[in-house]
Amino acid sequence: MNVVAKPEALKPKDYASDQEVRWCPGCGDYAILRAVQKALADIGAKKEKTVFVSGIGCAARFPYYLSTYGFHTIHGRAPSIATGIKITNPELDVWIVSGDGDSLSIGGNHLLHLIRRNVDVQFLLFNNEIYGLTKGQYSPTSRAGTRSPSTPLGSVDKPISPVAFALGAGARFIARGIDSMQKKLPDVFARAHAHKGASFVEIYQNCIVYNDGVFSNFTEKDVVANRQIHLEHGKPIIFGAENQFGLRVADGKLALEVVSIGEDGITEDDIVVHDETDRIMAHMLAEMQGADRPVAIGVLYCDPMTSYEEGMQGLQARAKKQSMNHDLNELLRRGHTWTVEDA
Amino acid sequence: MSTTSTVKKEVPVDAPRAELESAVVRFAGDSGDGMQLTGGQFTLATALAGNDLATFPDFPAEIRAPAGTTFGVSSFQINFGSHGIKTSGDSFDLLVAMNPAALKVELKGLKQSGIILADTGSFSDRNLRKAGYDGNPLEDGSLDAYRVIALDISQLTLDSVKEHGLSNKEALRCKNLWTLGFIYWMFGRKRKATTDWLETKFAKRPELAAANVAALNAGHAVAETSEILDGFQGFAIPQATISPGQYRAVTGAEAMAWGLTAGCQLAELQMVFCSYPITPASSVLHTLSTMAALGVTTFQAEDEIAAACAAIGASYAGGMGITSSSGPGVALKGEALGLAISTELPLVVLNSQRAGPSTGMPTKTEQSDLYQSVYGRNADSPVCVLAARSPADCFDVGIEAVRIATKFMTPVIVLTDGYISNAAEPWLIPDVAEMRKFPVKFEAETEGFHPFKRDPKTLARSWAVPGVAGLEHRIGGIEKDYNSGHISYDPANHQKMTNVRFAKIKGIADDTPPQKVDNGPDIGKMAIVGWGSSYGPISRAVDNLLAEGLEVSHIHIRNIWPLPKNLGGLLSGFDKVVVPEMNNGQMLTVLRSEYLVDAQGINKVTGQPFTIAELEEGVRSQLGV
Ligand code: SF4
Repeated sequence: MNVVAKPEALKPKDYASDQEVRWCPGCGDYAILRAVQKALADIGAKKEKTVFVSGIGCAARFPYYLSTYGFHTIHGRAPSIATGIKITNPELDVWIVSGDGDSLSIGGNHLLHLIRRNVDVQFLLFNNEIYGLTKGQYSPTSRAGTRSPSTPLGSVDKPISPVAFALGAGARFIARGIDSMQKKLPDVFARAHAHKGASFVEIYQNCIVYNDGVFSNFTEKDVVANRQIHLEHGKPIIFGAENQFGLRVADGKLALEVVSIGEDGITEDDIVVHDETDRIMAHMLAEMQGADRPVAIGVLYCDPMTSYEEGMQGLQARAKKQSMNHDLNELLRRGHTWTVEDA
Repeated sequence: MSTTSTVKKEVPVDAPRAELESAVVRFAGDSGDGMQLTGGQFTLATALAGNDLATFPDFPAEIRAPAGTTFGVSSFQINFGSHGIKTSGDSFDLLVAMNPAALKVELKGLKQSGIILADTGSFSDRNLRKAGYDGNPLEDGSLDAYRVIALDISQLTLDSVKEHGLSNKEALRCKNLWTLGFIYWMFGRKRKATTDWLETKFAKRPELAAANVAALNAGHAVAETSEILDGFQGFAIPQATISPGQYRAVTGAEAMAWGLTAGCQLAELQMVFCSYPITPASSVLHTLSTMAALGVTTFQAEDEIAAACAAIGASYAGGMGITSSSGPGVALKGEALGLAISTELPLVVLNSQRAGPSTGMPTKTEQSDLYQSVYGRNADSPVCVLAARSPADCFDVGIEAVRIATKFMTPVIVLTDGYISNAAEPWLIPDVAEMRKFPVKFEAETEGFHPFKRDPKTLARSWAVPGVAGLEHRIGGIEKDYNSGHISYDPANHQKMTNVRFAKIKGIADDTPPQKVDNGPDIGKMAIVGWGSSYGPISRAVDNLLAEGLEVSHIHIRNIWPLPKNLGGLLSGFDKVVVPEMNNGQMLTVLRSEYLVDAQGINKVTGQPFTIAELEEGVRSQLGV
């Protein structure tokens, strides 16, 4: 037996395993791995209490590169396995790492129910809008018309919006990040971790090999300021290199529109203030999509409610108080029984 | 509510009843006639009378079939007697037909010159037409081969409960108790347990309790006082020789739920039961869902795959993950099973088999998932497979499944079927506190740890559970290096790991009992090899054939995979091997391939269990006698 001395505080590198990282050079996954390691250090995660669960895909290799507990499972099923872990030991801190195909195609049903039940996990969806591991087929988040080995003439089906999906499933925490956002991404993860219940985080991740630059319309250096909105709870939604843009509720519609502050008599007072607990606001932010529109980054929605495990624990506590079935031997002898005497 | 009574060893005094060694009664009526409840009460009264018994409920497939139709008939069969009751009976001596549809559906199962008790009050023109009768069979002489007791039970019931002020509808619902009282007299059963039960059940509505008791007594009185069947004085069935102790009736689904729970207690593990509703497996989930206070966690997943995966997650986290389904659902769990095989986590997969393929006949029974269990996965992916042979046996098999799963770190598939799940038999209640424990030891040693470190004897890998500092590790479905547990694509390593997984499962046979001959000589002319729920009919058929002087032996296999070590040797001691199965010859193929034995099948796939007569005939024709 050797006693593991508890280090004062772990550093990001302490969360790295001894395994060689094997993503393609330049893959966005490296940056997300760094951000997760930093977030773990920031929140002081206990390695022995932390479990990373993944399905199949490039992103699903993630657990091998961390020094915590890890379970690399089967395609799409990580949410179900994580649910089993949490109902067995709610004390464990469970993170799920998944890609867009894993979570929204083959595993769509499981993600839906993980969120609906509000299982207390962090769900990180690395969205690169493509199947990487199987060599570049279009995915459920690929835009219509995507040319890929399986759709040489362009895809016909329309993409799903991960954030809108999560909202529809009843998510109580929704955030968005970008792989390249090294400063802010760890904070987004820390917020997701702090939220009790299913925390859903979509991370735009560049697949340099099969879908390079698919997010460049809001990630290229020269457009970042004007095309990304970094949300802050309680603050007006203002963005732009000179803070010249803002969002307001469009006249007579339930939708957000981009306006220029100072033009047409628009002042800061007309700009809507971000309220994380406002579900309608989250819906409007989720709907804000398209090549010509800015992308909302950060915590879109956070309004906690009882987690599934808490609900289950409550139920068991209630059963312990009310039920007659406390002892198996007693239970077997309850109801109609009869005794056969010695002849 | 608990009631317990004592079976008194006494000779019935109400002679001159006609003595029978055994009898089969089938209660049949409309779904709303309360036949299952009536059958349940008759079962209890029969157990209290000291008979051996076996029962089987036969529900309509439709949830709410229209009243009076043949497909809405709900039946309950009980076979009881003084010795060797192993099945619910081939054909019946007494048919209770509460309406024309019940008579129409069930008549074919009645013995020649068997008794029919029919409620003429429900044989209206409309009901006769609904059942597909042109005339009234009670009046047109078509039942002359039987002994018919035709009474207006509906009216007699209304008369008997008149003073209790029930509505006509409520009063008519006492019909089944009236009938039960009548049958109680026919077989000399006591009414006390049923009146006690009625008083508890209707404690909040004493007028209903009183009316039902009145109907029960009235039925009994009519049978006793009126001249039914010319001088008939009722039947007497001598008591069976039954080991002393406390008994209850148990269905396979209950016994399995309790056995798995007992297994988890003996392993000192939290039970996590993850399932998705499917016929006929759901009753296990229902039973366990009432057991939260016993520390049983149940999880109704979004689908079969999620149920299997959640169970795997539970085992990964240090619980005993169990998932349950029927064949089509188990097919969906296949990939997850592969993960449990590859990561070598304990898992119990319960399959209540039903008639297939595809949706097949969900409420009908079959034993046709043996190939699926033993072979039905991609790649070389061996698991342990066990099969329960009777409702009560499910308890022991449930415990054994947990023991093997945890000792060998492997999935264990447990086969039952629709027949065993629903059928009931008396069960000598075991003392769980006295059972030998097999507590699981999680890995605690951090020195030299890797997740695929193995026990040199069982080859089971160490079970390291998240939460322990110093044992952090990563596992997954990718092939592991034998020496470190890290990902490995090394060709020689894959060969080695495949061999180890195979050897581990094969080694389970060193830890399980050798195959015994259930009945008949150990060496001889013919071995009749069965498995699963056909135990009852095979056992009784072999009994009968031995009594006739034929040289046959019954071998019944619980350990389907790996097969018992001595089985090959045992089979080679017989001139002939015959394998009766409710499938097209699955165990037959396994035995032929494992032992190169020229076994022959007796096969039946009608959705119905074997009858004893069918088996006797099949064996005779194989023997050429
Ligand atoms: S294929 Fe794309 S997503 Fe996968 S590792 Fe390479 S760059 Fe990253």
